[in-house]
Amino acid sequence: MEKLNSLSDFKDLKERLDAGREPDRPTIIIPAGTCGQASGANDLIRAAKREILARELSEKVRLVITGCHGFCQMEPSVLVEPGRTFYPRVDTKGMAKIVEAAAQGKVVEELLFLDPATGKRIEKQDDMPFFKKQVRTILARSERVDPIRLYHYIESGGYGSLAKVLEKGDRAWVIEEMKASGLRGRGGAGFPTGLKWELLAKQANGKGKFLVCNADEGDPGAYMDRSVLEGNPHSIIEGMIIGAFGTGATEGVVYVRTEYPLAIKHLRIALRQARELGLLGEDILGRGFSFDIHLVKGAGAFVCGEETALMRSIEGKMGEPRQRPPFPVERGIQGKPTAINNVETWANVSLIFAEGAKAFSKVGTPKNSGTKIFSLVGKVQNTGLVEVPMGITIGEIVQEIGAGPSGKTPIKAVQTGGPSGGCIPATKFDLPIDYESLAKAGSIMGSGGMIVMDERTCMVDVAKYFMNFLKDESCGKCFTCRKGTQRMWEILDDISRGQGTPAHLDLLEELALVVKDTTMCGLGQTAPNPVLSTLQYFREEYLEHIKNKRCPAGVCKDLILYSISQKCTGCMACIKSCPSEAITGKAKEVHVIDAKKCIKCGACMAVCKYDAVVVT
Amino acid sequence: MIKLTINGLEVSVEKGTTLLEAAQFLGFPIPTLCHMEGLSPYGACRLCVVEIGEGPRAKLVSSCTYPVEEGLKVRTSSSRVVRARKMVLELLLATCPQSKVIQDLASAHEVRKQRFRQEHEDCILCGLCVRMCEQQMMAKAIGFRGRGKNRSLGTPFDIKFEECRLCGGCMYVCPACQLRCTYTDPEKAICGGCANLSPPCLEKEKFDDIMCYLAPCVACEIKKD
Repeated sequence: MEKLNSLSDFKDLKERLDAGREPDRPTIIIPAGTCGQASGANDLIRAAKREILARELSEKVRLVITGCHGFCQMEPSVLVEPGRTFYPRVDTKGMAKIVEAAAQGKVVEELLFLDPATGKRIEKQDDMPFFKKQVRTILARSERVDPIRLYHYIESGGYGSLAKVLEKGDRAWVIEEMKASGLRGRGGAGFPTGLKWELLAKQANGKGKFLVCNADEGDPGAYMDRSVLEGNPHSIIEGMIIGAFGTGATEGVVYVRTEYPLAIKHLRIALRQARELGLLGEDILGRGFSFDIHLVKGAGAFVCGEETALMRSIEGKMGEPRQRPPFPVERGIQGKPTAINNVETWANVSLIFAEGAKAFSKVGTPKNSGTKIFSLVGKVQNTGLVEVPMGITIGEIVQEIGAGPSGKTPIKAVQTGGPSGGCIPATKFDLPIDYESLAKAGSIMGSGGMIVMDERTCMVDVAKYFMNFLKDESCGKCFTCRKGTQRMWEILDDISRGQGTPAHLDLLEELALVVKDTTMCGLGQTAPNPVLSTLQYFREEYLEHIKNKRCPAGVCKDLILYSISQKCTGCMACIKSCPSEAITGKAKEVHVIDAKKCIKCGACMAVCKYDAVVVT
Repeated sequence: MIKLTINGLEVSVEKGTTLLEAAQFLGFPIPTLCHMEGLSPYGACRLCVVEIGEGPRAKLVSSCTYPVEEGLKVRTSSSRVVRARKMVLELLLATCPQSKVIQDLASAHEVRKQRFRQEHEDCILCGLCVRMCEQQMMAKAIGFRGRGKNRSLGTPFDIKFEECRLCGGCMYVCPACQLRCTYTDPEKAICGGCANLSPPCLEKEKFDDIMCYLAPCVACEIKKD
């Protein structure tokens, strides 16, 4: 790769790449993020390459490997352009058929997505209920770009925003545009990004300034940032260079969790490419400003996603939060002014400068502009990553994009914001998604996790699960957080085992409020949210556990009993599946579960075709 | 000089003063556990919390670490603060009931019982010993490791090494083993809990070699027998 030394060099490169574009050439796109690879995308890639070579289609059909597109439920999937044909859950035989059809501009009918609601097959991705209501400004770029091919990124418009910003050469304008866009931090707190950059820009320049990309993504079940890092690492780099120009930052750090090896690999490659091309380093594109980014890997602590703990971790110390003020923009890494933003925030930056702040702010609602990526998981039919405009209602996401419940029971609640968030009951599904209304309902937007729960999810168990996570991840410095989370878990554990008393409930609430009030950092301050919100909306479930020693959802192991009803046909399938040999019975006779041996794992229920296993 | 209001009284202090120092200057009592003059503030025990701000944005912060701000409105004993302090003391009693420092603080705030499962730990992880060792004794021999339930205190990899000069400074400042009960007659000892204590970060056999500032102390007297 030849180094670009000026803006005109960049424009020449872009022109050359544009000249070589063939928008009508059949292209097979295979998403191969971590989720795609885990479900077998690598086999599909090999099969596709084999077919293309065998049929001598290398000149005709193009194969592009990208990161995650978002419909993880249907992976390994294939997208064929131009035509935007979507093929779900493809196997290697199907891959061969798709290659053949794509070369002729045809479609393989029997492999298309079958909509369970209508019974009809849908050809185009944009017509599918999962994709229809999404506004995919960020995820759509992952569809077009091979993450480790820099020229792809430039060809599809990448680094164009950076060129625009450097050409205009006005640092103050960069800050004004960011403020006008109304972008709020996507890490969860929703602090206006433009304001944060303005505060950083105001700091004296002498000793150097830091820009950090927080890629620690610790929430269990959230993987939006992972998909952007794996699928489009250059968008983050571009955002950070623009930010460095606007704020006067001299050094950049991407703090990424070690548990994302593919993201780390792609980031390393992207950083190397950007440096080779001259987009990072000294005198970028001849505009007289220098900036470089290096990678720091996390070591497995959820608390290091908190910005002050993250800074300490970057400095090589134990990840412990500290009090703010002073804020990181005043005193951050090594005492220098530092601005920390989430991965998704950085991904939005190049979009803002590509389409203009005004156009960007038109999506969403007045105080909440832009889109947000949610990881829609749980008891819903269509799981995956969805990018929606702010202001869309929870019901639209769950019922239309998610296509409703995946199990036999109706949806009861949605948990947003990970361990720091709360549960919102189904009665409030007409609430719009924005920072204020979620906070008013007792939850938070958080980084975008959205877990759907149905009638077979026990809310006491949910609160206990999150409290278990938080008590293990608390750094332990503040006495109230460390002991408070432990004691809250203890009380929830007692309740879930039928040993709770009404006094426990009052103590739990009292303790939760004090922990919320007195701890120093966000982890402890939001740790009581799962408890408080489930107490607020699902108090009857707690009371069932306490007064009647019963778990209505059939989850808490100490309070349930597995038994077999008269529907049993005596097929013996459950006897084979039981790991503790607790089921007895002869062929064609109703089987019996020995309650003393039963460990309530649910294996029998999973294999029974006659719905004969009952939980009470 | 920065002007702020504490409990309705205006006070003018130098920049860099903490709320705790400002309040103590005016004579308002604020309980502390992990704070000691001469050591940097840490903010671990959360007993010194005070309420700042007004209206819906009012919040509790630890006064030992919060620097004074122009025009700040501080309340050291609002009902929210008192509620928080009482719960923190309940949690402390539930963890380390044998410490006399904690017992005194609890009865001073009228907390006589706690509603959790009783534990008997001999370290509340307040960090006084770590800061004493680093800042006053210039040894930096002990430190924190682990997080959550596994957070503990000790020398690197728990091995003896020369950085620790066995000065006993850590035991001197520790609120869990800081015994004000100096009865040499075991029958007159208030609770006898001291007899069960062992310094959490040093080995037990070294107890006699240390310049112990607690003598005469019931634990030594009992051991002598």
